[in-house]
Amino acid sequence: MELFLSGKHHTLIVKIYGELDHHAAVGIKENVDRELARTGARNVAFDMSRVSFMDSSGIGVIMGRYKVAKSLGGRVIIYGASEDVGRILAMSGIKDIAVIADSVEDGMREVEANV
Amino acid sequence: MYKNSMRVEFPGSSDNERFARSVAAAFILELDPTIDQLSEIKTAVSEAVTNAIIHGYDGCEGNVTMEGKIEDDTVTFTVSDDGVGIPDVKRAREPLFTGKPELERSGMGFTIMETFMDSLDVKSESGKGTTITMTKKLE
Repeated sequence: MELFLSGKHHTLIVKIYGELDHHAAVGIKENVDRELARTGARNVAFDMSRVSFMDSSGIGVIMGRYKVAKSLGGRVIIYGASEDVGRILAMSGIKDIAVIADSVEDGMREVEANV
Repeated sequence: MYKNSMRVEFPGSSDNERFARSVAAAFILELDPTIDQLSEIKTAVSEAVTNAIIHGYDGCEGNVTMEGKIEDDTVTFTVSDDGVGIPDVKRAREPLFTGKPELERSGMGFTIMETFMDSLDVKSESGKGTTITMTKKLE
């Protein structure tokens, strides 16, 4: 996992590599929450382009970060998801709580348009 | 008729989730699955094993058993634990229900297993453990 701060957008970009299961989820949650607190970012953007596998533990990670971002007045963006990951996201109704976009720029535009 | 079977038993620790779904994927390769079928089976097995680890054992030690069976083009996976059991299986199978909201579980595990497999059977007894049986025909 890599974490970047996009200061202009008050957004923490979280690039996840490999398999997003329960085992990986625990560390991702802790790191993202710590960085949100440290940086003062309010949006979280998940770059899923390098995720090779995701099960419902990934949905739990996104739902949890949605709650954190909401409490900070921010949003969650998900971009770059493969077809497999997209199916799990669709099944879980994540689009109702997060912006699903093709790229981080598209996601930001949608977030900023709805401010 | 093509037939095969396997059984693996491993400690219920989260690093074995990947091990279990890799074994399941390797087991069905003989049936020449599509990429989608492979992904569906890996995901369903991952959900069942994660359920055993998080809900069955809840941080306590215990083994998870995964059995696989192939009969012609139908594969059956059985994942069982000797953990605490599920008090209300019907409720647990409802989408978005989670017995562990504090762990940020999505409550989508059983829904994903049902969607990706052809059949799902959950047997559970309080204090004795849970057995999840899933089948899928690979055509």
